[in-house]
Amino acid sequence: MTLAQRGRWITLVALALLGAVYVRALMFTPLERMQGAAQKIFYIHVPAAIWTEGAMILLGLAGILFLFLKDPRLDRFAEASAEVGTVFATIVLTTGPLWGKPIWGTWWTWDARLTSTLFLFFLYVGYLLMRGAVREPGLRARYAAVLGVCGMFLVPFIHLSVFLFPTLHPQPIILKPSAPSLPGTMLETWLFSLGVFTLLYVGLVTQRYAVSLLREARQTVGGDHA
Amino acid sequence: MVELLRQAWAVARKDLLLEFRTRTAIVSAAVFAALVLMVFNFGRDPTAVATIDLAPTILWVTFTFAAMLALNRAFQLELENQALEGLLVSPLNRTSLYWGKLIANLAFVAVVEAVGLPLFVLFFNVPVWHVLAPLVGVIALATLGFVAVGTLFSALVVRTRFAELLLVVILLPFLVPPLMGAVQLTARLFGGRPLSEVVGYLKLLAAYDIVFVSLASILFRFTVDE
Repeated sequence: MTLAQRGRWITLVALALLGAVYVRALMFTPLERMQGAAQKIFYIHVPAAIWTEGAMILLGLAGILFLFLKDPRLDRFAEASAEVGTVFATIVLTTGPLWGKPIWGTWWTWDARLTSTLFLFFLYVGYLLMRGAVREPGLRARYAAVLGVCGMFLVPFIHLSVFLFPTLHPQPIILKPSAPSLPGTMLETWLFSLGVFTLLYVGLVTQRYAVSLLREARQTVGGDHA
Repeated sequence: MVELLRQAWAVARKDLLLEFRTRTAIVSAAVFAALVLMVFNFGRDPTAVATIDLAPTILWVTFTFAAMLALNRAFQLELENQALEGLLVSPLNRTSLYWGKLIANLAFVAVVEAVGLPLFVLFFNVPVWHVLAPLVGVIALATLGFVAVGTLFSALVVRTRFAELLLVVILLPFLVPPLMGAVQLTARLFGGRPLSEVVGYLKLLAAYDIVFVSLASILFRFTVDE
Protein backbone atom coordinates (compact mmCIF):
# COMPACT_ATOMS: atom_id res chain seq x y z
CA MET A 1 0.00 0.00 0.00
CA THR A 2 1.39 3.42 -0.88
CA LEU A 3 1.59 6.21 1.64
CA ALA A 4 -1.21 8.12 -0.07
CA GLN A 5 -3.49 5.09 0.08
CA ARG A 6 -2.68 4.48 3.70
CA GLY A 7 -3.50 8.12 4.48
CA ARG A 8 -6.77 7.83 2.58
CA TRP A 9 -7.79 4.74 4.57
CA ILE A 10 -7.00 6.36 7.90
CA THR A 11 -9.02 9.41 6.88
CA LEU A 12 -11.98 7.29 5.75
CA VAL A 13 -12.00 5.36 9.02
CA ALA A 14 -11.81 8.65 10.94
CA LEU A 15 -14.72 10.11 8.98
CA ALA A 16 -16.81 6.99 9.62
CA LEU A 17 -16.01 7.23 13.31
CA LEU A 18 -16.92 10.92 13.25
CA GLY A 19 -20.36 9.77 12.13
CA ALA A 20 -20.40 7.40 15.10
CA VAL A 21 -19.44 10.27 17.43
CA TYR A 22 -22.52 12.12 16.30
CA VAL A 23 -24.79 9.13 16.63
CA ARG A 24 -23.54 8.80 20.17
CA ALA A 25 -23.72 12.54 20.87
CA LEU A 26 -27.28 12.90 19.56
CA MET A 27 -28.84 9.62 20.72
CA PHE A 28 -26.94 8.44 23.78
CA THR A 29 -25.61 11.60 25.44
CA PRO A 30 -27.96 13.68 27.61
CA LEU A 31 -29.08 17.16 26.59
CA GLU A 32 -27.40 20.01 28.39
CA ARG A 33 -30.01 21.71 30.60
CA MET A 34 -29.35 25.36 29.70
CA GLN A 35 -28.07 25.18 26.14
CA GLY A 36 -30.15 22.32 24.78
CA ALA A 37 -29.19 20.86 21.41
CA ALA A 38 -26.75 23.67 20.63
CA GLN A 39 -24.31 22.19 23.11
CA LYS A 40 -23.84 19.16 20.81
CA ILE A 41 -21.51 21.24 18.66
CA PHE A 42 -19.05 21.15 21.55
CA TYR A 43 -18.04 17.61 20.51
CA ILE A 44 -16.65 18.92 17.21
CA HIS A 45 -15.65 22.41 18.25
CA VAL A 46 -13.36 21.64 21.18
CA PRO A 47 -11.44 18.67 19.67
CA ALA A 48 -10.90 20.72 16.49
CA ALA A 49 -9.68 23.66 18.59
CA ILE A 50 -7.26 21.43 20.50
CA TRP A 51 -5.84 20.09 17.24
CA THR A 52 -5.63 23.59 15.74
CA GLU A 53 -3.22 24.48 18.53
CA GLY A 54 -1.68 20.99 18.52
CA ALA A 55 -0.86 21.19 14.81
CA MET A 56 0.91 24.52 15.38
CA ILE A 57 2.96 23.06 18.24
CA LEU A 58 3.97 19.99 16.19
CA LEU A 59 4.83 22.30 13.30
CA GLY A 60 7.09 24.31 15.62
CA LEU A 61 8.76 21.20 17.04
CA ALA A 62 9.38 19.95 13.50
CA GLY A 63 10.86 23.39 12.78
CA ILE A 64 13.32 23.19 15.70
CA LEU A 65 14.41 19.69 14.67
CA PHE A 66 14.72 20.77 11.05
CA LEU A 67 17.05 23.65 11.88
CA PHE A 68 19.45 21.20 13.50
CA LEU A 69 19.00 18.01 11.47
CA LYS A 70 18.22 19.52 8.03
CA ASP A 71 16.01 16.53 7.30
CA PRO A 72 13.57 17.30 4.44
CA ARG A 73 11.04 14.88 5.94
CA LEU A 74 10.54 17.29 8.84
CA ASP A 75 9.84 20.12 6.44
CA ARG A 76 7.29 18.05 4.54
CA PHE A 77 5.61 17.17 7.82
CA ALA A 78 5.53 20.85 8.88
CA GLU A 79 3.92 21.85 5.59
CA ALA A 80 1.30 19.09 5.91
CA SER A 81 0.61 19.99 9.53
CA ALA A 82 0.12 23.65 8.60
CA GLU A 83 -2.45 22.85 5.93
CA VAL A 84 -4.37 20.46 8.17
CA GLY A 85 -4.18 23.03 11.00
CA THR A 86 -5.73 25.61 8.69
CA VAL A 87 -8.63 23.24 7.97
CA PHE A 88 -9.16 22.60 11.68
CA ALA A 89 -9.02 26.32 12.44
CA THR A 90 -11.70 26.80 9.79
CA ILE A 91 -13.84 24.14 11.52
CA VAL A 92 -13.46 25.96 14.84
CA LEU A 93 -14.31 29.29 13.27
CA THR A 94 -17.44 27.94 11.58
CA THR A 95 -18.81 25.82 14.41
CA GLY A 96 -18.19 28.62 16.95
CA PRO A 97 -20.58 31.15 15.37
CA LEU A 98 -23.16 28.38 14.78
CA TRP A 99 -23.22 27.84 18.53
CA GLY A 100 -22.88 31.54 19.33
CA LYS A 101 -26.02 32.60 17.45
CA PRO A 102 -28.56 30.70 19.62
CA ILE A 103 -26.59 31.00 22.88
CA TRP A 104 -25.12 34.52 22.74
CA GLY A 105 -27.56 35.92 20.19
CA THR A 106 -24.76 36.93 17.87
CA TRP A 107 -22.63 35.14 15.28
CA TRP A 108 -19.45 36.91 16.11
CA THR A 109 -18.17 39.08 18.91
CA TRP A 110 -14.74 40.64 19.25
CA ASP A 111 -14.04 38.59 22.28
CA ALA A 112 -10.45 37.63 23.13
CA ARG A 113 -10.94 33.94 22.57
CA LEU A 114 -12.55 34.35 19.16
CA THR A 115 -10.07 36.98 18.13
CA SER A 116 -7.13 34.84 19.14
CA THR A 117 -8.45 31.82 17.22
CA LEU A 118 -8.90 34.04 14.20
CA PHE A 119 -5.30 35.18 14.56
CA LEU A 120 -4.14 31.60 14.85
CA PHE A 121 -5.92 31.02 11.56
CA PHE A 122 -4.09 33.99 10.05
CA LEU A 123 -0.84 32.69 11.48
CA TYR A 124 -1.37 29.51 9.45
CA VAL A 125 -2.33 31.49 6.35
CA GLY A 126 0.76 33.68 6.75
CA TYR A 127 2.93 30.60 7.14
CA LEU A 128 1.53 29.07 3.95
CA LEU A 129 1.84 32.37 2.05
CA MET A 130 5.43 32.61 3.21
CA ARG A 131 6.13 29.15 1.81
CA GLY A 132 4.58 30.19 -1.48
CA ALA A 133 6.75 33.30 -1.70
CA VAL A 134 10.13 31.52 -1.60
CA ARG A 135 11.10 29.59 -4.74
CA GLU A 136 14.28 27.85 -3.65
CA PRO A 137 13.31 24.69 -1.65
CA GLY A 138 16.25 24.81 0.80
CA LEU A 139 15.65 28.44 1.65
CA ARG A 140 11.91 27.88 1.88
CA ALA A 141 12.32 25.05 4.38
CA ARG A 142 14.67 27.11 6.55
CA TYR A 143 12.51 30.23 6.52
CA ALA A 144 9.38 28.20 7.18
CA ALA A 145 11.07 26.48 10.12
CA VAL A 146 12.01 29.84 11.70
CA LEU A 147 8.46 31.13 11.31
CA GLY A 148 7.05 27.85 12.61
CA VAL A 149 9.16 27.97 15.77
CA CYS A 150 8.00 31.55 16.43
CA GLY A 151 4.41 30.44 15.84
CA MET A 152 4.76 27.67 18.38
CA PHE A 153 5.98 30.13 21.00
CA LEU A 154 3.08 32.44 20.21
CA VAL A 155 0.47 29.79 21.11
CA PRO A 156 0.96 30.03 24.92
CA PHE A 157 0.70 33.84 24.69
CA ILE A 158 -2.54 33.60 22.78
CA HIS A 159 -3.75 31.19 25.42
CA LEU A 160 -2.59 33.41 28.28
CA SER A 161 -4.23 36.55 26.93
CA VAL A 162 -7.54 34.65 26.98
CA PHE A 163 -7.36 34.31 30.75
CA LEU A 164 -6.63 38.01 31.21
CA PHE A 165 -9.10 39.49 28.79
CA PRO A 166 -12.75 39.91 29.81
CA THR A 167 -14.45 37.20 27.78
CA LEU A 168 -17.89 35.94 26.85
CA HIS A 169 -16.49 32.59 25.84
CA PRO A 170 -17.07 29.71 28.28
CA GLN A 171 -14.01 29.05 30.39
CA PRO A 172 -12.27 25.75 29.70
CA ILE A 173 -14.15 22.92 31.38
CA ILE A 174 -11.85 20.05 30.49
CA LEU A 175 -8.31 21.39 30.17
CA LYS A 176 -8.13 23.27 33.45
CA PRO A 177 -6.12 22.89 36.65
CA SER A 178 -8.91 21.20 38.61
CA ALA A 179 -10.75 18.05 37.53
CA PRO A 180 -13.00 18.23 34.43
CA SER A 181 -16.47 19.44 35.41
CA LEU A 182 -18.42 17.45 32.86
CA PRO A 183 -20.85 14.59 33.51
CA GLY A 184 -19.40 11.16 32.76
CA THR A 185 -21.32 10.32 29.56
CA MET A 186 -20.58 13.73 28.05
CA LEU A 187 -16.90 13.38 28.90
CA GLU A 188 -16.82 9.91 27.32
CA THR A 189 -18.40 11.20 24.10
CA TRP A 190 -15.99 14.07 24.06
CA LEU A 191 -12.94 11.85 24.60
CA PHE A 192 -14.17 9.57 21.82
CA SER A 193 -14.43 12.61 19.55
CA LEU A 194 -10.95 13.79 20.53
CA GLY A 195 -9.61 10.37 19.55
CA VAL A 196 -11.43 10.58 16.20
CA PHE A 197 -10.01 14.02 15.51
CA THR A 198 -6.53 12.74 16.31
CA LEU A 199 -7.04 10.00 13.76
CA LEU A 200 -8.36 12.54 11.27
CA TYR A 201 -5.27 14.67 11.78
CA VAL A 202 -2.97 11.67 11.24
CA GLY A 203 -4.88 10.61 8.11
CA LEU A 204 -4.93 14.06 6.52
CA VAL A 205 -1.28 14.77 7.34
CA THR A 206 -0.23 11.41 5.86
CA GLN A 207 -2.07 12.17 2.64
CA ARG A 208 -0.66 15.66 2.39
CA TYR A 209 2.84 14.32 3.08
CA ALA A 210 2.41 11.86 0.21
CA VAL A 211 1.41 14.73 -2.09
CA SER A 212 4.64 16.57 -1.22
CA LEU A 213 6.64 13.45 -2.05
CA LEU A 214 4.90 13.05 -5.41
CA ARG A 215 5.41 16.71 -6.24
CA GLU A 216 9.12 16.54 -5.43
CA ALA A 217 9.50 13.37 -7.48
CA ARG A 218 7.84 15.04 -10.44
CA GLN A 219 10.03 18.09 -10.14
CA THR A 220 13.25 16.07 -10.13
CA VAL A 221 12.12 13.87 -13.06
CA GLY A 222 10.30 16.38 -15.23
CA GLY A 223 12.30 19.43 -14.18
CA ASP A 224 9.23 21.66 -14.36
CA HIS A 225 8.19 23.97 -11.58
CA ALA A 226 4.53 23.17 -11.21
CA MET B 1 29.63 39.64 25.68
CA VAL B 2 31.34 43.05 25.52
CA GLU B 3 32.58 42.16 22.04
CA LEU B 4 29.05 41.16 20.98
CA LEU B 5 27.66 44.48 22.16
CA ARG B 6 30.51 46.42 20.54
CA GLN B 7 29.78 44.76 17.20
CA ALA B 8 26.05 45.32 17.62
CA TRP B 9 26.65 48.97 18.28
CA ALA B 10 28.78 49.22 15.12
CA VAL B 11 25.89 47.85 13.03
CA ALA B 12 23.33 50.07 14.76
CA ARG B 13 25.55 53.12 14.41
CA LYS B 14 25.98 52.46 10.67
CA ASP B 15 22.20 52.21 10.18
CA LEU B 16 21.42 55.26 12.27
CA LEU B 17 24.11 57.33 10.57
CA LEU B 18 22.71 56.34 7.19
CA GLU B 19 19.26 57.34 8.36
CA PHE B 20 20.44 60.58 9.90
CA ARG B 21 22.20 61.62 6.68
CA THR B 22 19.22 61.03 4.39
CA ARG B 23 16.28 61.34 6.82
CA THR B 24 13.83 60.19 4.12
CA ALA B 25 12.52 57.10 5.91
CA ILE B 26 12.18 58.64 9.34
CA VAL B 27 10.38 61.72 8.03
CA SER B 28 8.08 59.55 5.92
CA ALA B 29 7.26 57.34 8.92
CA ALA B 30 6.57 60.36 11.15
CA VAL B 31 4.34 61.96 8.53
CA PHE B 32 2.60 58.62 8.08
CA ALA B 33 1.92 58.47 11.85
CA ALA B 34 0.48 62.00 11.75
CA LEU B 35 -1.72 61.08 8.78
CA VAL B 36 -3.06 57.95 10.48
CA LEU B 37 -3.97 60.07 13.50
CA MET B 38 -5.76 62.48 11.20
CA VAL B 39 -7.64 59.71 9.42
CA PHE B 40 -8.83 58.41 12.78
CA ASN B 41 -10.28 61.80 13.53
CA PHE B 42 -12.52 61.57 10.46
CA GLY B 43 -13.32 57.93 11.03
CA ARG B 44 -15.29 58.41 14.23
CA ASP B 45 -18.35 60.21 15.46
CA PRO B 46 -17.26 62.36 18.45
CA THR B 47 -20.85 62.77 19.63
CA ALA B 48 -21.38 58.99 19.81
CA VAL B 49 -18.08 57.67 21.16
CA ALA B 50 -16.07 59.56 23.78
CA THR B 51 -12.49 60.21 22.69
CA ILE B 52 -11.13 58.71 25.88
CA ASP B 53 -12.72 55.34 25.06
CA LEU B 54 -11.16 55.27 21.63
CA ALA B 55 -7.83 56.87 22.55
CA PRO B 56 -5.80 53.73 23.43
CA THR B 57 -6.82 52.04 20.19
CA ILE B 58 -5.96 55.10 18.11
CA LEU B 59 -2.57 55.40 19.78
CA TRP B 60 -1.61 51.76 19.29
CA VAL B 61 -2.88 51.29 15.77
CA THR B 62 -0.88 54.37 14.77
CA PHE B 63 2.28 53.15 16.51
CA THR B 64 2.16 49.62 15.11
CA PHE B 65 1.41 50.70 11.54
CA ALA B 66 4.20 53.28 11.60
CA ALA B 67 6.57 50.72 13.15
CA MET B 68 5.87 48.23 10.37
CA LEU B 69 6.96 50.80 7.82
CA ALA B 70 10.21 51.17 9.72
CA LEU B 71 10.80 47.42 9.94
CA ASN B 72 10.56 46.92 6.20
CA ARG B 73 13.43 49.28 5.77
CA ALA B 74 15.90 47.46 8.05
CA PHE B 75 17.07 44.80 5.63
CA GLN B 76 15.76 46.32 2.43
CA LEU B 77 18.53 48.89 2.53
CA GLU B 78 21.13 46.11 2.75
CA LEU B 79 20.00 44.73 -0.61
CA GLU B 80 21.45 47.68 -2.49
CA ASN B 81 24.91 46.92 -3.88
CA GLN B 82 24.70 43.56 -2.10
CA ALA B 83 25.56 45.17 1.20
CA LEU B 84 24.05 42.19 3.03
CA GLU B 85 26.64 39.83 1.55
CA GLY B 86 29.28 42.32 2.63
CA LEU B 87 27.97 42.24 6.20
CA LEU B 88 27.83 38.45 6.19
CA VAL B 89 31.41 37.90 5.01
CA SER B 90 32.73 40.38 7.56
CA PRO B 91 33.85 38.82 10.87
CA LEU B 92 30.59 39.83 12.46
CA ASN B 93 28.77 37.66 14.94
CA ARG B 94 25.24 36.87 13.70
CA THR B 95 23.69 37.68 17.09
CA SER B 96 25.45 41.04 17.02
CA LEU B 97 24.09 41.72 13.56
CA TYR B 98 20.59 41.02 14.86
CA TRP B 99 21.06 43.14 17.97
CA GLY B 100 22.48 45.97 15.89
CA LYS B 101 19.46 45.92 13.60
CA LEU B 102 17.18 45.67 16.64
CA ILE B 103 18.79 48.69 18.31
CA ALA B 104 18.56 50.75 15.11
CA ASN B 105 14.91 49.76 14.61
CA LEU B 106 14.08 50.56 18.23
CA ALA B 107 15.68 53.99 17.87
CA PHE B 108 13.79 54.56 14.66
CA VAL B 109 10.43 53.52 16.11
CA ALA B 110 11.13 55.52 19.30
CA VAL B 111 11.58 58.67 17.22
CA VAL B 112 8.31 58.03 15.38
CA GLU B 113 6.56 57.43 18.71
CA ALA B 114 8.09 60.57 20.17
CA VAL B 115 6.58 62.53 17.28
CA GLY B 116 3.29 60.63 17.36
CA LEU B 117 2.55 60.93 21.08
CA PRO B 118 2.48 64.79 21.29
CA LEU B 119 0.41 64.92 18.11
CA PHE B 120 -1.98 62.39 19.60
CA VAL B 121 -2.29 64.51 22.75
CA LEU B 122 -2.84 67.63 20.65
CA PHE B 123 -5.39 66.14 18.22
CA PHE B 124 -7.45 64.17 20.69
CA ASN B 125 -7.01 66.33 23.76
CA VAL B 126 -6.11 63.42 26.02
CA PRO B 127 -4.43 64.52 29.25
CA VAL B 128 -1.31 62.38 29.62
CA TRP B 129 0.93 64.50 31.84
CA HIS B 130 -0.08 62.85 35.10
CA VAL B 131 0.59 59.38 33.68
CA LEU B 132 3.50 60.19 31.39
CA ALA B 133 6.14 58.09 33.16
CA PRO B 134 4.10 54.84 33.33
CA LEU B 135 2.79 55.46 29.80
CA VAL B 136 6.31 55.73 28.42
CA GLY B 137 7.15 52.55 30.31
CA VAL B 138 4.22 50.68 28.75
CA ILE B 139 5.12 52.00 25.28
CA ALA B 140 8.73 50.87 25.74
CA LEU B 141 7.72 47.38 26.94
CA ALA B 142 5.29 46.78 24.09
CA THR B 143 7.55 48.30 21.43
CA LEU B 144 10.53 46.14 22.40
CA GLY B 145 8.47 42.98 21.96
CA PHE B 146 7.03 43.63 18.55
CA VAL B 147 10.14 45.28 17.12
CA ALA B 148 12.16 42.20 18.21
CA VAL B 149 9.84 39.89 16.26
CA GLY B 150 9.57 42.36 13.39
CA THR B 151 13.33 42.66 12.97
CA LEU B 152 13.65 38.88 12.70
CA PHE B 153 10.81 38.68 10.19
CA SER B 154 12.12 41.53 8.06
CA ALA B 155 15.28 39.44 7.60
CA LEU B 156 13.08 36.46 6.68
CA VAL B 157 11.05 38.21 4.00
CA VAL B 158 13.74 40.35 2.44
CA ARG B 159 14.62 37.79 -0.20
CA THR B 160 11.05 36.70 -0.93
CA ARG B 161 8.58 38.02 -3.45
CA PHE B 162 6.23 40.78 -2.23
CA ALA B 163 8.47 41.37 0.81
CA GLU B 164 6.59 44.44 2.12
CA LEU B 165 3.20 42.80 1.93
CA LEU B 166 4.38 39.49 3.31
CA LEU B 167 5.99 41.13 6.34
CA VAL B 168 2.69 42.69 7.37
CA VAL B 169 0.80 39.43 6.85
CA ILE B 170 3.13 37.29 8.94
CA LEU B 171 3.85 39.94 11.58
CA LEU B 172 0.33 41.05 12.50
CA PRO B 173 -0.68 37.82 14.29
CA PHE B 174 2.43 38.23 16.44
CA LEU B 175 1.42 41.77 17.35
CA VAL B 176 -1.82 40.63 18.96
CA PRO B 177 -0.57 39.72 22.47
CA PRO B 178 1.59 42.85 22.98
CA LEU B 179 -1.03 45.05 21.35
CA MET B 180 -3.81 43.58 23.47
CA GLY B 181 -1.74 44.15 26.61
CA ALA B 182 -0.66 47.65 25.59
CA VAL B 183 -4.19 48.77 24.76
CA GLN B 184 -5.56 47.47 28.07
CA LEU B 185 -2.75 49.08 30.07
CA THR B 186 -3.08 52.39 28.23
CA ALA B 187 -6.84 52.41 28.77
CA ARG B 188 -6.34 51.90 32.53
CA LEU B 189 -3.76 54.68 32.63
CA PHE B 190 -5.99 57.15 30.77
CA GLY B 191 -8.87 56.15 33.01
CA GLY B 192 -6.80 57.01 36.08
CA ARG B 193 -6.79 53.44 37.39
CA PRO B 194 -3.79 52.14 39.32
CA LEU B 195 -1.40 49.86 37.41
CA SER B 196 -1.74 47.27 40.17
CA GLU B 197 -5.14 46.50 38.67
CA VAL B 198 -3.54 45.15 35.51
CA VAL B 199 -0.38 43.46 36.75
CA GLY B 200 -1.35 40.45 34.61
CA TYR B 201 -0.93 42.44 31.41
CA LEU B 202 2.39 43.87 32.56
CA LYS B 203 3.62 40.34 33.17
CA LEU B 204 2.33 39.31 29.75
CA LEU B 205 4.27 42.12 28.07
CA ALA B 206 7.43 41.39 30.04
CA ALA B 207 7.22 37.65 29.33
CA TYR B 208 6.63 38.34 25.64
CA ASP B 209 9.71 40.59 25.50
CA ILE B 210 11.94 38.05 27.23
CA VAL B 211 10.75 35.08 25.15
CA PHE B 212 10.81 36.76 21.76
CA VAL B 213 14.03 38.75 22.16
CA SER B 214 15.84 35.53 23.18
CA LEU B 215 14.13 33.43 20.53
CA ALA B 216 14.86 35.92 17.74
CA SER B 217 18.51 36.21 18.86
CA ILE B 218 18.85 32.44 18.53
CA LEU B 219 16.87 32.03 15.32
CA PHE B 220 18.35 34.96 13.44
CA ARG B 221 21.43 33.12 12.17
CA PHE B 222 19.19 30.63 10.37
CA THR B 223 17.69 33.44 8.31
CA VAL B 224 20.99 34.70 6.90
CA ASP B 225 23.41 31.72 6.86
CA GLU B 226 23.35 29.05 4.20
